[in-house]
Amino acid sequence: MDGSSTQWIPRPPSTRVDAFRGARRILRGVAGWLWLASAALAQAAKIGDLTEVRWTEQALRFASLSDPAVRHACLGTVLLGVSCGLLGGFLVVRRMALLGDALSHAVLPGVALGFLWNLEKDPLAIFVGALVAGFAGSAVVSLITRTTRLKEDTALGMVLATFFGAGLCLMSMFQRLPTGNKSGIESFLFGQAAALGPGDLQLMGVVTALVVGMLAVGYKEFLLVSFDPGFARVLALPTRWLERVLLLLLAFAVVAALQAVGVVLVSAMLIIPAATASLLTDRFHRMLLWSAAIGAVSGLSGAFLSFLGTRLPTGPFMVLSAGLFFGAALVFSPRHGVWPRWNRQRSQRLRVAQENTLKAIYQVLESGGFPGETVPVGALAARRRIDREAALGEIGALVRGEFATLSGDTVALTPSGWQRACAIVRNHRLWELYLTQDACIAPDHVHDDAEKIEHVLGEATVRELERRLPRTDVDPHGRPIPSVPAPAPGGRAPGDRPQGGVIGYGGRP
Amino acid sequence: MTLVPDFSVQRVFVDPWTTGIDSHGMMALVTFLVGCTCGLVGNFLILRRMALMGDAISHSVLPGIAVAFLLTGSRGIGAMVLGAFVAAFATHLLVEGITRYSRVRPDAAIGIAFSTLFALGVVLVAVFADRVDLDQDCVLNGELPMIPLEPPVHLGSLSLGPPPLVRLAGLLVASVLLLALFYKELLLTSFDPGLAAALGLPVSAVHHGLMLWLALAVVASFEAVGAILVIALLILPGATAAILTERMVPRLVLGVVHAALSAIGGMHLSVALDCSPAGASVVAGGAWFTLAWLFSPTAGWVPRWWRSRGAA
Repeated sequence: MDGSSTQWIPRPPSTRVDAFRGARRILRGVAGWLWLASAALAQAAKIGDLTEVRWTEQALRFASLSDPAVRHACLGTVLLGVSCGLLGGFLVVRRMALLGDALSHAVLPGVALGFLWNLEKDPLAIFVGALVAGFAGSAVVSLITRTTRLKEDTALGMVLATFFGAGLCLMSMFQRLPTGNKSGIESFLFGQAAALGPGDLQLMGVVTALVVGMLAVGYKEFLLVSFDPGFARVLALPTRWLERVLLLLLAFAVVAALQAVGVVLVSAMLIIPAATASLLTDRFHRMLLWSAAIGAVSGLSGAFLSFLGTRLPTGPFMVLSAGLFFGAALVFSPRHGVWPRWNRQRSQRLRVAQENTLKAIYQVLESGGFPGETVPVGALAARRRIDREAALGEIGALVRGEFATLSGDTVALTPSGWQRACAIVRNHRLWELYLTQDACIAPDHVHDDAEKIEHVLGEATVRELERRLPRTDVDPHGRPIPSVPAPAPGGRAPGDRPQGGVIGYGGRP
Repeated sequence: MTLVPDFSVQRVFVDPWTTGIDSHGMMALVTFLVGCTCGLVGNFLILRRMALMGDAISHSVLPGIAVAFLLTGSRGIGAMVLGAFVAAFATHLLVEGITRYSRVRPDAAIGIAFSTLFALGVVLVAVFADRVDLDQDCVLNGELPMIPLEPPVHLGSLSLGPPPLVRLAGLLVASVLLLALFYKELLLTSFDPGLAAALGLPVSAVHHGLMLWLALAVVASFEAVGAILVIALLILPGATAAILTERMVPRLVLGVVHAALSAIGGMHLSVALDCSPAGASVVAGGAWFTLAWLFSPTAGWVPRWWRSRGAA
């Protein structure tokens, strides 16, 4: 527990520029690869309808990638995961997660109207229709929040549901059409990756390349606008235009993803991978890359799972696998996960408990004028104000950490235990001294504070205290402050405590 | 090939009230009852800025309902309500848990919790399609057209109407009674939770009670309008009323009026276009909101424009 680790140390500017360059290079690489891949696969044949088959055969068929439908589904869901993951990162850090939800539901009437254009699944018409509807929806949301006293959540919910209702009306009208290819439009609700055609893939490839390209070119500007819009304005960046570009890219990504994941669950593919990534790392460009990767993997597994059965929707499976990733990150993420954090807290509690026992042993020795090297268990229990059983439990923890040995009814400190005990007592008394001398606090008010801070004073802080304090041999209550013996081979017994010698922390001068 | 049927006053405006009263009138009545209950809850949701919690709960009841079907194998209303409750409560816990134990913000936490649960529900419905008497269309659209066909409930010799209608009417009566009883507490905890707590009102109990009421309203509406359009019925009446007046009691009354107008407008729209009645009533509700937005005496665009013209 080094005190300095909590300080924020600014990186020198040169490494920042390097980080930006690194992120850009990676994003450009991804863009190039995606472009090539989409161009190559867009030529593949159209899919046949899925028939009733066993799921093991389906799994093999999926894994062998021999079927063009499978290749289309894989590529499409990966493209979707990348573009939604990247843009979702911006939505999540800007706390606009629910805008994605509203936008994705609001595109439904546009999809239906695009379908109406020539009554078949024309990717471009549907894309344009959905885009127009999405923009209309977000424009209405901002108009409502600006001109009425309704709050944003109300406006979002209202627009989401009304547009979606209009879309459902239009779709229920198509269902009466005798000629209409109904299966084409129904897959837009919950997604059907197996129904992706070459045209859809080309569209998704273009959109993903656009998203990756724009983010690579303007990464620094988008980052600044998202984290500190005020500063961005001061720098004379065109913040409103940057935000509009982000919204445009978002609408592109949502609309391109519709066919594979469905209107209802697109927003989940925006939010969940990005939120998962935010649990894994603290740096934004790494978060974007994680988010894109998680999006792609969830997309792939969604495509795979929905391929196992007949006519299963892809979107829900995709969202479920993304949800599993989120759950795993929530629990096991090394930095922010519940389990590692709980472990850290537990080991810290253990350490604090050990240090308190060590301190008590030191105090028992000290009160007797360091008569020998051992302490009776009863004296320790009395000092800690606990019963014998609890004292034996605490000693057991020390013995396991090799800080002490227990023989019969007496405890003896090992050299490392003696060192730790001296260090903790020294921390405590130095802090009391500092509080009374530098902070002018009465000597009878400083103990409780020191009792807490003794466990977390790092070496740098102890050195600083030693430098500041004129005398470091006696604490405000008149007891000597021990120095910390060097971990000499064979160690030192409590008896040969160096008297008043201030040789610094850890025994170094 | 006719996408939009030919318009005739007789077919669109007269028939639903005369020959079609048994089907269209019944559907409009059900929509009105759903809209009333949801609108009453929704007014308080809007005040507390919890509109999207309604969205979340309306999505996440789906897996609860699907699991209840799978376990009981029937459409027992008790199992369905119980399953939906459990799911709604699970959403609540998930959102709280995610925001407490991680640094994910509440908006993203709501989005994650309800979309994952909804996805689970759709997967259950799709995978066990042969065992669950629900389909993806019903999840989205509700099954309003089926309700008039159900055999009516009889009380003695009196025919009360189809079971969903009776349930919804009961829920509405219970809602109005509860609202009358706890109106003061609800109002104070919504506007000034600090003062309410200082006066000794059980703020968090009122909050949980409201969530319970919301869950009930959502479960009852699921059958009628499906999982997604519920949010419109929750928010639109309250939002329209909030544009028209600032006082709470008139807001509640206007919400009821809005529900009635949307039900009637939706009926005519769905007859005119021959489209999904649930979707049509939501579109009608949106249209009434737009009218209020344009012509509200205090905040409307047109009166404001008129006044500014007079001033110039």
